Amino acid sequence: MLLIPCPWCGPRDEIEFRCGGQSHIQRPEPFDAVSDEAWADYLFTRINPKGVSYERWLHVFGCRQWFNVARDTRTHEIHAVYRMGEPKPDLRGVE
Amino acid sequence: MERYSAWRLFREALNGHRGWTPAWRSPSPKRRYDAVIIGGGGHGLATAYYLAKNHGMTNVAVVERGWLGGGNTGRNTTIVRSNYYHRESARLYDFSVRLYESLSRELNYNVMFSQRGVITLAHSRHDLEVVARWAGAAQLHGVDAEMVSVDEIKRRIPLLDTSPSARFPVWGGLMQRRGGTARHDAVAWGYARAASRLGVDIIQNCEVTGFSRNERGRVVGVETSLGPIAAGVVGLAVAGHSTVLADLAGFRLPVTSYALQAFVSEPLKPVMDTVMLSLATGAYISQSDKGGLVIGGGLDLYPSYAQRGNLPTAQRVIGALADQMPALGRVRLLRQWAGIVDVVPDSSPILGETPVEGLFINCGWGTGGFKAIPAGGTLLAHHLATGEPHPLAEPFGLRRFATGALIDEAAASGIAH
Repeated sequence: MLLIPCPWCGPRDEIEFRCGGQSHIQRPEPFDAVSDEAWADYLFTRINPKGVSYERWLHVFGCRQWFNVARDTRTHEIHAVYRMGEPKPDLRGVE
Repeated sequence: MERYSAWRLFREALNGHRGWTPAWRSPSPKRRYDAVIIGGGGHGLATAYYLAKNHGMTNVAVVERGWLGGGNTGRNTTIVRSNYYHRESARLYDFSVRLYESLSRELNYNVMFSQRGVITLAHSRHDLEVVARWAGAAQLHGVDAEMVSVDEIKRRIPLLDTSPSARFPVWGGLMQRRGGTARHDAVAWGYARAASRLGVDIIQNCEVTGFSRNERGRVVGVETSLGPIAAGVVGLAVAGHSTVLADLAGFRLPVTSYALQAFVSEPLKPVMDTVMLSLATGAYISQSDKGGLVIGGGLDLYPSYAQRGNLPTAQRVIGALADQMPALGRVRLLRQWAGIVDVVPDSSPILGETPVEGLFINCGWGTGGFKAIPAGGTLLAHHLATGEPHPLAEPFGLRRFATGALIDEAAASGIAH
């Protein structure tokens, strides 16, 4: 069972949350110059790391806010929680 | 290598079972093979077997990081069916079911394929409409799928609460009579033994740590924990670790790895002689020949490489089943585990070429790879040996994500996740 520290509500049980997948994905621009391959990458291709994953979570049965989580996919250990729009935290030494 | 038979078993029984020899050879790797298959699960071993049998390529190695069938091949709930919605999928999976039907004889190894039928339950008028559309599609593709009434379901699954006051009322269902279960370890071991007999080298405890490339960027071998191995072509069949290996080779895949849990109960007397899948709860259950109830359900819905799974999903699956089959409420579980499955946006496999020359892939089976082992092996072997995709594999190329020709089984065939 994960205990997820929501930036607004504090540590809460994982059943209150929904994972929204990889974070920090940039939509390619300008739209009329994007190749089919680049668009497919944007829509479908994911890093899927074995290790630290930077991902979006939604506190769906709580404050209903989105935020970012840096979580290890091997152990599920949460290294950092940070708000939407903030850059990736510096996790050198952890990764 | 000896043939297995009733007579042989009888003779060994008289002899205290001292005459059996290992089912496959465990050689040290040679310096070069015509083909190297990464991944010693069902798909990888089947690929090696069909390379040797269908294409006469016997200078082949299978390299496996752990032990044979220790990944998803040994972790699934052993269900085999082919009632898929889209034509491409129905043809692919039905090809696999047909190979399963003759597999024990072909491999001289009892894979215990039992066509006990697979019943998919509809729990509402809307479920029933989905199931009717689905049965119609399967029949058009030549796959046996038929609607079954509540009375028939009640007769086949007496454990199921079909009363009007049930927590998940049953409105009817879809049945594929040719579907069923098989012994998952036996599928891996049977293919390993048959491939080894044809000259394939099976190398366990050998982790691939990189790819060697020539000056044009073509893959010409693999770096392993047992040293470099040169290869004419390389096939990749590593399920949940597909993107880890793709990273080593320098390309990306539309694959996300999730943990899919399974459970087995203490052994019971026979209580269920078919396979049940529930559209409402996503739970599926069958009874093994040892008497254990084999149970699965939805994914743990965040990316994971931990082969454990977490408690909320376990509670959801087990709780739903206890609601549907109240008589099982006091049954204890013996074991729980998870496999790491490679989920693709359209829930269809990725077969064939990769952006790296000389490297071919079989992945993306997601939560349903076991049923496809004979087909996956045949198709990857065909591509490795001939350089052309098998007609059945053609629609499933990696390029479909850029062209938009997705084969969306996620919504179409009631896959719970």
